[in-house]
Amino acid sequence: MNKRKTITIYSRPKSLGGLPMHYCAGCGHSLVHKLLAEVMDELDIRGRTIGVAPVGCAVFAYFYLKCDISEAAHGRTPAVATGIKRALPDRIVFSYQGDGDLAAIGMAETIHAANRGENIAVIFINNTVYGMTGGQMAPTTLLGQQTPTCPTGRKTATMGAPIRICELLNTLDRPFHIERVALDGVPGILKTRKALLTAFKAQKEGKGYTFVEILSPCPTYFRRSPNDSLQFVKNELGKYFPVRLFRKEGVVVHD
Amino acid sequence: MMGNEAVAEGAIRAGCRFYAGYPITPQNELTAYLAKNLPERGGSFIQAESELAAINMVFGASAAGARAMTSSSSPGISLKQEGISYLAASQLPAVIVNVQRGGPGLGSIDPSQADYFQATKGGGHGDYRIIVLAPMSVQEMHDFTFKSFSLAEKYRVPVMILADGRLGQMMEPIFLQQGPPPRSPEKKWTLTGAKGRKPRCIRSLLVKEGELEKHNYVLQECYRKIERNETRFAEFHTSDCDVLVAAWGTGARIARGAVLAARARGIKAGLFRPITVWPFPRARLAALASKARTVLVVEMNCGQMLEDVQISVAGARPISFSGWPGGRIPGETEILGEIIRAASKVKCSQSR
Repeated sequence: MNKRKTITIYSRPKSLGGLPMHYCAGCGHSLVHKLLAEVMDELDIRGRTIGVAPVGCAVFAYFYLKCDISEAAHGRTPAVATGIKRALPDRIVFSYQGDGDLAAIGMAETIHAANRGENIAVIFINNTVYGMTGGQMAPTTLLGQQTPTCPTGRKTATMGAPIRICELLNTLDRPFHIERVALDGVPGILKTRKALLTAFKAQKEGKGYTFVEILSPCPTYFRRSPNDSLQFVKNELGKYFPVRLFRKEGVVVHD
Repeated sequence: MMGNEAVAEGAIRAGCRFYAGYPITPQNELTAYLAKNLPERGGSFIQAESELAAINMVFGASAAGARAMTSSSSPGISLKQEGISYLAASQLPAVIVNVQRGGPGLGSIDPSQADYFQATKGGGHGDYRIIVLAPMSVQEMHDFTFKSFSLAEKYRVPVMILADGRLGQMMEPIFLQQGPPPRSPEKKWTLTGAKGRKPRCIRSLLVKEGELEKHNYVLQECYRKIERNETRFAEFHTSDCDVLVAAWGTGARIARGAVLAARARGIKAGLFRPITVWPFPRARLAALASKARTVLVVEMNCGQMLEDVQISVAGARPISFSGWPGGRIPGETEILGEIIRAASKVKCSQSR
């Protein structure tokens, strides 16, 4: 008989806990959590990584990720991350934020942490809505998109246009890496994993501020099936928020 | 040394290794002193983009185990209240300095004691307390700041230094704290990376049934312990006084002179001064008041500590109040006038 050897080609990442996730079916958060855990495993940094969770759906990140995690007041996530990193400069510190947390209430903290070039990784989940509170309009809600607080669709005249955060941060001198990716299918997921890997590798090497925006499905408040939500991310979000690398190793590669 | 600088130097000597602040008068010398001296002496200084960011940076540094401080003046302290509530909820030690100015709103940049309620009755949302120390001299600005870091760590609570613009701006000779910083208790809660142990989390969102209730009882138990162990006050000529003056901070410093002046005129006045305005020294005040004929509360506000005095004295003696709300510092003779008036009222009522 031939000797057969079992090779594991896929397993649950060690940095991901065993709890079933509370996220809705098709939600991008659970995917990003898994990718984050894989990246922590691959770089072998779980034991010296400290995360900061936002106010929003991902506030419970500490139930799932097996690294040290702090909550933060709504929007103050980069400020808390700044304090942690300054106190412990040799640790890997990331903030994980949604569009309300990062681009509305926490815009000042977002811009100034980037402008100081704090040595942190910022992960920005852009799903265009406030998921936890009922799908209200976010700064990134698309024009015409309906939410409980723009029931007839977002209009420029009274609500402004969606904010493109990567482009905004790309005007600053200090960021080391700025990239937008999209969870819009398998290639998008793999690209997201790669972007996170780049961001955390830069952290490990102490290179500076890294920012990864992830266009992410929220089927519940897109009011679409998980599958249609991926298409919505690809066709609608991707059209307004172009998926690309903006800055690489401190150099602007796309304006 | 200037009061603001004495606070900053006290913090460095106490082992403060992280400071984040935002410009506001009359505390700017404190920030400038730390900008210059903290990095040179092994700490991290950040001028934050706002008071909100500053207090939350302190939150992060404290979560990571560093002795951390922020400072501001009244309007800025209002902005920090959210962060203070989160610090209290998450049981994180931190030191917050309020160099009070006149309010409400932008108020003025003159000294005031109008943030007593905010400092001692909660300030932010939720059921919590913080230790509030009220200095009355530059020496105490220095010493109380030095002490506050170990107090904060001992109980895992925020500690506030409740000063005012006069204390921040005035200069006095002082003795600097000597020796190494006080040792920290073992911190089994800090976020340092989960290597070799279970992951930790710092949080204040407790949504499981009964979880928050339990947490609140834990906090309350800690506050009762602080009340038992850390209530501080000072007394001046209280053993035989007819008129017991109750005042704190700068108000107490001026009242002390007025008490002496009253005694020179044959009025037996004494001064009771809470050093911790929370926990408030109720029992001692009640005991002293019962021996006096009347109580006079003096504050640079419209009557805030007055309410704690009323609760403590519980109607046992008449209480009068004399306040200066507009950012003006009362003179000794003005307080002396109030003492004479208070004394005459009791005599009147007795002669009828």
